[in-house]
Amino acid sequence: MNRLRTGYVTAAVLGILWTFTMAVTVAIAMSFLTGAAFRPALVWSAVFGALAGVACLRGRAGAGIAATGLLVAGLLGLGPVQTDDVGALSRVLGQAIAAGATAAGLRAYLRDLPPHRLTRHEFEDAVIRFLTGFGYVFFTAIVAIPFYVMVMTSLKNQQQLVQNPLDFSIDLSRGWGLFDSYVELMTVFNFGSYLWTSFYVAVLTVVLTLAFSIPGAYAVARLRFRGAAVFSRSILLIYMVPMIVLALPIYIGYSMVGLRNSVLGIVLIYPVTTIPVALYMLQGYFRGLPAEVEEAGLMDGLSRLAVIWKITLPLSLPALASVSLYVFMIAWNEFLLAFMLLDDPSKFTLTRGIASLDSSEIPRQHLMAGSVIATLPIMAIFLGLERFMTRGLTAGSVKG
Amino acid sequence: MSNAIPPRGPGALGRREARLAWGLLLPTLAIVSAVVVLPLLAIFWISFKPVGLADLRPPAPVVRESLRGEGEDLRLQYRLRNSSRDVPITAVTMSDTVPPGLTIRQADDRCEVTGAEIFCNLGDLEAGGRDEIEILVSAQGDPDALGELAEASPPVLTGNAPNILTNAEFTLDNFARVFDGDEFWGVLGVTLFYATVGTIGALVVGLFAAMLLDRSFRGQGVLRGLYLFPYVAPVIAVAFTWVILFDPFSGSANALLIRMGLTDTAINFFGDRPLALIMVTLFEIWRYFPLSFLFILARMQSIPEDMYEAADMDGASPFQKFWYLSLPQLLGILSVLFLLRFIWTFNKFDDIFLLTGGNAGTRTLTVNVYEQAFAVSNIGAGAAVAVVIFGCLLLFSVFFFKLISREEGL
Repeated sequence: MNRLRTGYVTAAVLGILWTFTMAVTVAIAMSFLTGAAFRPALVWSAVFGALAGVACLRGRAGAGIAATGLLVAGLLGLGPVQTDDVGALSRVLGQAIAAGATAAGLRAYLRDLPPHRLTRHEFEDAVIRFLTGFGYVFFTAIVAIPFYVMVMTSLKNQQQLVQNPLDFSIDLSRGWGLFDSYVELMTVFNFGSYLWTSFYVAVLTVVLTLAFSIPGAYAVARLRFRGAAVFSRSILLIYMVPMIVLALPIYIGYSMVGLRNSVLGIVLIYPVTTIPVALYMLQGYFRGLPAEVEEAGLMDGLSRLAVIWKITLPLSLPALASVSLYVFMIAWNEFLLAFMLLDDPSKFTLTRGIASLDSSEIPRQHLMAGSVIATLPIMAIFLGLERFMTRGLTAGSVKG
Repeated sequence: MSNAIPPRGPGALGRREARLAWGLLLPTLAIVSAVVVLPLLAIFWISFKPVGLADLRPPAPVVRESLRGEGEDLRLQYRLRNSSRDVPITAVTMSDTVPPGLTIRQADDRCEVTGAEIFCNLGDLEAGGRDEIEILVSAQGDPDALGELAEASPPVLTGNAPNILTNAEFTLDNFARVFDGDEFWGVLGVTLFYATVGTIGALVVGLFAAMLLDRSFRGQGVLRGLYLFPYVAPVIAVAFTWVILFDPFSGSANALLIRMGLTDTAINFFGDRPLALIMVTLFEIWRYFPLSFLFILARMQSIPEDMYEAADMDGASPFQKFWYLSLPQLLGILSVLFLLRFIWTFNKFDDIFLLTGGNAGTRTLTVNVYEQAFAVSNIGAGAAVAVVIFGCLLLFSVFFFKLISREEGL
């Protein structure tokens, strides 16, 4: 084993792995961008990858040679990326990207690596650099591809989709026609009203959740009473109860009371699913606040409730923002209860509306356009307020 | 001089504080018990009852009222029907008020008339049975308008029918049905596979992602935001995207595989037996790795830097540092995350329901609740499965609370 730990062997193995990674990445990316036939070739990747890896040991000049070699081989049809009948421009572009990225990556991984015996450090550093590069490519791909497919499918029409399911290029000549699916959803399928319903249901959920969980969290965090510990445990226990177990009796109860198929019923039930999470998150934050400030307030004659209102809440605005965002996200994304309790299309929330698009009569670009409509607002909020969101998630989102 | 005795029990201030605490908690307690505890009790109750979806509406007498005939023959006609085809209704009564303009001349002999009020005692109505009451009237004015007026005030009906949800009839059939045959063990096996592999996979992938981002570089924030997308997006949107991406006929994934020469025929990713389960598990990993990566990253960034410096001085290699330093430090959060995510994956319903609907060998316990209750219309059996799930949950949470007591401060 130790014999094999030389610069040449390491460079060759990493070269093969990285070249093949890049070949697959470029082939998938170019296929999705142009719809043409790009294929990664395992055998050629192994041959040229090993050579390129060894070449990259030889400094910048070696990397240059490797890149040129890969590009020439690729254009001759012998490279890691095979292009059969592809337009000249995208062919050259694809090969150039593949060759460049392969050589640049290998150069970075194999920097300062001596060609002969490696110490354990040098070897592991090179492997870790490779794994890091591979990780970035891998994670970005698995996260980006579904969302890319979602957006691009929503911009197509039925005919284009059937013709070539791989082709995600946008036909700009259609102009506003690209957004046909969205227009149809808004006009024919009433998605405007679903958006509005989802929005106000989510906002009401946030308001109700805060109204219930702030006093509760404060009591658990600050006040001494018998059973505080048991109580904070049972909060956690409650949000481990599976929703489907509760959904069944709620469905029966609502059917009997007549709350089924009403937005009121939904607004009544959503906060209950979020109050335990919010309470758990907030009590953690309240515990971290200095008690002295509140005691000073008490000494100066404020009542407990006034202390909460005038001192604790202003101090915990960031936590309130995190909790609100998190609760908003849960309410916005909620599907199961909306699906079971709402049957009347005029009362649908957005997720329930998308579920109603899932039929063989409705073209799937509509389904994807609906998904984009549901995803975009939550993404926009998330990216804008990522700091709060991340904190909110780490504080309380054991729930999924 | 009296002996000083230390005060026993909480003092006046302490009691006031406790009262305030309970006051603040009361609304939460009330609403949570109404919506969590009551349904749970209901589930236990229903699981011992032979209830179908149709039984949710208890049997009741239904009536149609109309004004028929003309002149001497003008009469108010009430047609009654038992809404249930299997359950008789006892002691049916009907009361109605005749609108002004109609005078009652002669009533059915089962009815008593006082002024414009009619009260009829109809006795029993057998299962699926019908009955008819005719009351001769004379009209002052347009009979059509009067007829509409009469129909506008519906008669009030009462009757006793056994309500299956509240009577004392119990059965163990639901549980017998749930545990009957190999199906239950198959479902349990699928659930355990899904929960175990999905949880471990999400943890491992999340650990990898956390190590990638545990360094500061430009764009780290952007990448972190991007990697959280699968978790933040609505489940219905991403689930349908996966379904479309892996569609056997027109999915891009199949087109790509065929073009690359990896397969000759299209693969039915969500329709073939072992593959569908693997796919839903992959979806679970994909959707929840952001969560574990976020927790692990937070823990990683709180590992003191000097430990690594000391290890460097001792000549530890990067892998050794990971294995002997980082991993033991992360073990606490990993085990908490594992149990928590395991419980949650075990309870997961939406994902599989949206991806496969529980077909092709992906039916987990939670999907089984829905199948039994709504697809087979046997609410009792669905409730029985829910009780089984709840039992498993209690078992897991015992482990969880043992662990979290040791690992306090998640």
